[in-house]
Amino acid sequence: MLRRWIERMTPTDVIMWLIGGAILLMIFWGSAATLSAKTYTAHHWFDFIVFGLAQGSIYALIAMGYTMVYGILRMINFAHSEVFMSGPYTAYFVAAAFYSSGFLDQHPIISLILIFLTSMATSTLVAVLLERIAYRPLRTAPRLIPLITAIGASFFLQYTFRGFYGSGFQAYPVVKILEGEWAWGEFRILKFQAVVIVAAAILMASLYSFVQRTRVGKAIRAVSEDKETSSLMGIDIDRMIVTTFVIGGMAAGAAGVLYALMFKQVHFFMGFIPGIKAFTAAVLGGIGNIPGAMLGGIFLGLVESVGPSLFLDGLGIVAPYQLKDAIAFTMLVLVLIFRPTGILGERLAVKKA
Amino acid sequence: MKRFISLLLVLGIVVSLTAPLASAQEKPKASPAKPKAFVYEDKIGVVKIKKGDPIHIACWMVVAGPDASLGTDTKRGVEIAIDDKGGKILGFPIKLSVQDTGCNAEGGQAAATKLAADPTIVAAIGSNCSSEARPGAPILWKAGIATVSPSNTAPFLTDPSRGPEYDGYLRTAHNDKVQGAVAAQFAIKQLKLKKAATIHDGSPYAEQLQAVFAETFKKMGGTITAQEAVAPTDTDMRPVLTKIATGKPDIIYYPIFIAAGGHITRQVKEVKGLEKVKLMSADGTFSPDFIKAAGETAIGMYHSSPDFSAFGAGYKAFLEKHQKKYGEKPIAPFHAHAYDAAMMVFAAIEKVGRVAPDGTLHIGRKALRDALYATKNFKGLTGNLTCTATGDCADPMIAIYQMTADNVKKQVIPDKPIWSPAAAAAKSAPAKEAPKKK
Repeated sequence: MLRRWIERMTPTDVIMWLIGGAILLMIFWGSAATLSAKTYTAHHWFDFIVFGLAQGSIYALIAMGYTMVYGILRMINFAHSEVFMSGPYTAYFVAAAFYSSGFLDQHPIISLILIFLTSMATSTLVAVLLERIAYRPLRTAPRLIPLITAIGASFFLQYTFRGFYGSGFQAYPVVKILEGEWAWGEFRILKFQAVVIVAAAILMASLYSFVQRTRVGKAIRAVSEDKETSSLMGIDIDRMIVTTFVIGGMAAGAAGVLYALMFKQVHFFMGFIPGIKAFTAAVLGGIGNIPGAMLGGIFLGLVESVGPSLFLDGLGIVAPYQLKDAIAFTMLVLVLIFRPTGILGERLAVKKA
Repeated sequence: MKRFISLLLVLGIVVSLTAPLASAQEKPKASPAKPKAFVYEDKIGVVKIKKGDPIHIACWMVVAGPDASLGTDTKRGVEIAIDDKGGKILGFPIKLSVQDTGCNAEGGQAAATKLAADPTIVAAIGSNCSSEARPGAPILWKAGIATVSPSNTAPFLTDPSRGPEYDGYLRTAHNDKVQGAVAAQFAIKQLKLKKAATIHDGSPYAEQLQAVFAETFKKMGGTITAQEAVAPTDTDMRPVLTKIATGKPDIIYYPIFIAAGGHITRQVKEVKGLEKVKLMSADGTFSPDFIKAAGETAIGMYHSSPDFSAFGAGYKAFLEKHQKKYGEKPIAPFHAHAYDAAMMVFAAIEKVGRVAPDGTLHIGRKALRDALYATKNFKGLTGNLTCTATGDCADPMIAIYQMTADNVKKQVIPDKPIWSPAAAAAKSAPAKEAPKKK
């Protein structure tokens, strides 16, 4: 066993492991130094973790769309970040109308539900149209072609929405019932963060159980396993693919509103960064694997929030939060060095790739 | 055979495309050898404008995206200057073109490259963000285009160590060595604060401005608890604010741009330990768009920005024209600087431009640059402009403004400062009571 392992090892592997080991060493060293300096107390760490969880659950919701489409079509839907943008940007106009008419303050729950529905409906519509117009005609084309098309569709959507709504940004109104915080002693959690985390958890759980427990979900999994065989079994492949895009679109639309509730700003380019991060999360968790995408998203959110303080403070690096993205991508490299298929990516991904 | 023909075709296309470009570059060099009596020489090149053709002035400003208000505001300043000139210099109409710069280095580089490729451009006005000027100004000067910036404030751009590639660069905006110092004085003298934290976004503007602030603040006896940085595209500022909260600052100075500035302003009060901290930003976020981004959380915060109340006599007339032409008040602090920049360029063109007997206007690029640098005691809206050897032309007057609930409700920037070094010096004797709100 050990001999075979040594025989199979290449110089590249050795170098990669050395790099990985060095990064790990830096991380442990930095963390130890930060923790022993005791600048941060328990409630600071708790805050960092909550911030990271809230951000991470949004990444996770978007990552689901990437990973499911990859699972079924073996392509990376780069336009998914625009699916994410289209929902909250359109729903903004509903939210602004509710706010200026006073409806938002009188019936916040109903308004929020309507805002969510608008956003999810728009994102779903965009996702379905995207599949129908841009991807379906290219289903049998070589794999690189849909990928390039996806990038093109991404630009097309971005600038279409810029044409619709202008190049400036819009500010989401403040929802009063989500302001404030719940506190236990010195630990506390902001209300809307709790809402974002809980809502994202419910959505992810329900979408996952839809894929795992229902007949349609089973059919989707069958199609992603083997298209020809499942079509011989009487499964309508096109319908299953559209369903996948619908689920991804719904998740992205909901994530969009959660994002807008957290950050209050929407503009036509807002999907780009979260999209890249969610894609990273999907790869991190093992692309094609739904729980992997969720785990990857939350992991990435946590690393971005906790990482700069924990790893870099101790190393004496000034202004560590500028390096937030670098940390996130270093984590991706680190995971891929030791587990090339991602955290939960099984050999399944290798077989199909 | 077919292959050969297509190869020839491609070659032909390439040659025909590059030929006019090459000839355009050669033209200015060939001009001194003209046999005519009219001789106009210039070390870099001469722009020749045929009778009836326009004088092409290019703006490279941020007119799209979250910081669009900054560029739109300066563009309007230039447009009003053109109107005031009657649309003509030396009998030639003025043509204005605008390139978006995106408020980042890549955008500035792209816009400058585009302008540099256009031989009809006489002079440029821009850029808005210092990050754009850093790569952009050298590209323009390589093409012989002098540029006057209405809103770049980073000290580096006019520092003696900036290098000869910035020789074609001037600005009418203040140098942040002034702005950062005024902000620090206000925090210490007026607010009587002891501990400050700063945040920048890695842009030369923000990084250098906060450095000046921190240096002055320390020199005047204050403590800097943290000098943090974020990325301009970041949205989640709570982690970095939590880190800042561990130092327990009295004031946070974040001279950054609108998108990230809005996020910080909204998220500060959500972070434990920062509920009572005072907030101060600078001219980059002094805009109604920032009020939109920050919402009600902007109430009470301070901004350092050019002192409108100290502007020259023409400023009132300018405001009226602005209201008439665009139906609103200025939306950022640099419209008057842009007006002055445009007027300076026009005056320089008038000084060096010469009309040949056949009616062609000749403008020497080096001569134009030298004329701009020679600007002295130029009566502008922002004061008396005199250019230094490194291109600092401003008559810097900085004041501190405070956002009131009324400003936020109407989404307009305050037009009267609450504090300025000059006013404070004037009434230093009876300044016992704290003039908190105006």
